[in-house]
Amino acid sequence: MSLDKNDVEKIAHLARISIADSDVPGYAESLSNILNLVEQMDAVDTENVTPMAHPHAAFQRLREDVVTEENQREHFQKITANVEEGLYLVPKVID
Amino acid sequence: MHNKTIAELAQGLKKGDFSSEELTKSYLERIKKYDTALNSFITVSEDHALAQARAADAAMAKGNVTTLTGIPLAQKDIFCTNGIKTTCGSKMLDNFIAPYDATVIHKFNQAGSVMLGKTNMDEFAMGSSNETSFYGGVKNPWDIQTVPGGSSGGSAAAVAARLAPASTGTDTGGSIRQPAALCGLTGLKPTYGRVSRYGMIAFASSLDQAGTFTQTAEDAALMLNVMSGLDEKDSTSVDKEVPDFSANLNQDLKGLKIGLPKEYFGEGLNADVAKVVEEAIAEYKKLGAEIVDISLPNSHLSVPAYYVIAPAECSSNLSRFDGVRFGYRCDEPKDLEDLYKRSRGEGFGDEVKRRIMIGTYALSAGYYDAYYLKAQKIRRLISDDFVAAFEKVDVIMGPTSPEVAFKAGEKSNDPVSMYLSDIYTIATNLAGLPGMSVPCGFSNNMPVGLQIIGNYFDESRLLNVAHQYQQTTDWHTQMPEAYK
Repeated sequence: MSLDKNDVEKIAHLARISIADSDVPGYAESLSNILNLVEQMDAVDTENVTPMAHPHAAFQRLREDVVTEENQREHFQKITANVEEGLYLVPKVID
Repeated sequence: MHNKTIAELAQGLKKGDFSSEELTKSYLERIKKYDTALNSFITVSEDHALAQARAADAAMAKGNVTTLTGIPLAQKDIFCTNGIKTTCGSKMLDNFIAPYDATVIHKFNQAGSVMLGKTNMDEFAMGSSNETSFYGGVKNPWDIQTVPGGSSGGSAAAVAARLAPASTGTDTGGSIRQPAALCGLTGLKPTYGRVSRYGMIAFASSLDQAGTFTQTAEDAALMLNVMSGLDEKDSTSVDKEVPDFSANLNQDLKGLKIGLPKEYFGEGLNADVAKVVEEAIAEYKKLGAEIVDISLPNSHLSVPAYYVIAPAECSSNLSRFDGVRFGYRCDEPKDLEDLYKRSRGEGFGDEVKRRIMIGTYALSAGYYDAYYLKAQKIRRLISDDFVAAFEKVDVIMGPTSPEVAFKAGEKSNDPVSMYLSDIYTIATNLAGLPGMSVPCGFSNNMPVGLQIIGNYFDESRLLNVAHQYQQTTDWHTQMPEAYK
């Protein structure tokens, strides 16, 4: 699989990462090389193989549905300057 | 003092040969003397360390002692530490002071150990040479022209130069075992789920596991005794009894069945490294072990499958870094999308961006089956190979890395060649098995590591197998001349 300039720009947009125009060809090349490595998998027939999502996929530990966390909003918000009245500040979204 | 193991230092503290404060000061002095050149620490927490040391001395005076009380340790900068900067090797977190402790850190604090500082690492643990760190590369104390391996390169270099008696690391595809091999240390990656991931900044959640760098297997057991166990805060930590990992160290190895996968000794393995590893296996025969030839027929697919699964999980995990709640935020964003894109574009380094983009692509509409689902099926085949092998053998052995430490810059412009550094370690993570690297000799004066892979939750046996070898060899006691 070879990715071109448009592919890289589309992927970067999906990933919400800005990339300088001058860096696009470099990413196109390195990402294409990685995909070529990955496509060695295609040589294997996996028709009837059950996918493995997780090393311990057989179980999921459950707990009672009760509140276990105390509210630490002020403590957690101390690590950023972009807070006002308990809310995080971002650029205006709705006019 | 600096060349002692944890077990020896614990004896010294107990007998009153030195206090924890004296011990901590001596390591802090060594860090000041050597680390400007090595760059193995991102943060040295001197005041915090001395306060912990004094508290440990006070506790010991009252008789409140665990084996690790007063022992100085270095922590990988991937573990959140309340009030002390946690960067994960990234500009994204250069200003991040975690508001809580990771479970691993909490457990070491409870045990009374002392944190000397936070060690350098590849950015978000993505790398095999420590060169992707925002804080610069780390030098391998055995030859400062070469890399220490990665991603836990700082943790490995710090212990190799004896700037700390031991350290923690994390291993997603080999990030403990490979640097342990390249720096001549004993590295342990436990079974997936053995150690809590709470507060350990996530890279690939189905693969990440915390472990240790030590001089000896005996010390690794002491560390694992503290770190292991069920944690309600990590739903993937396993509810399984934690044995005393030191209890079986002295068992003899008569009748131990060691599997040698032919795929780990084929093309791509440096001939000198192969020879050193074969000599180590010959030593095991002398100890009474039986050698069994085995095959892991899908192991050549582990790197390809990993480079879909790990990036896919990373693209999801790292979406939390959006410039809003913590971490790097770009200047004067013109709208919300600009805030996301430029905060991420400016805050992440090249390798992290590459992996996020590969993962994003693999999970995007129309490609899921061809990449992610396919990789999960290959993961099953790789895991099944190990299940079959462990029906015949007790442990599996081979080289940890196909070569000794390489020169800085040699692979940094060629991601695929860098990825192949982990060709023998990645399969273990895909299956979730425990693995170790043990120093077993030298090639061109650089350390070589023997990899030992065990069955699920069989860390006690791994540590026993490593410890017995360390009773009859002295590779693990050797350290680079310049730091003696």
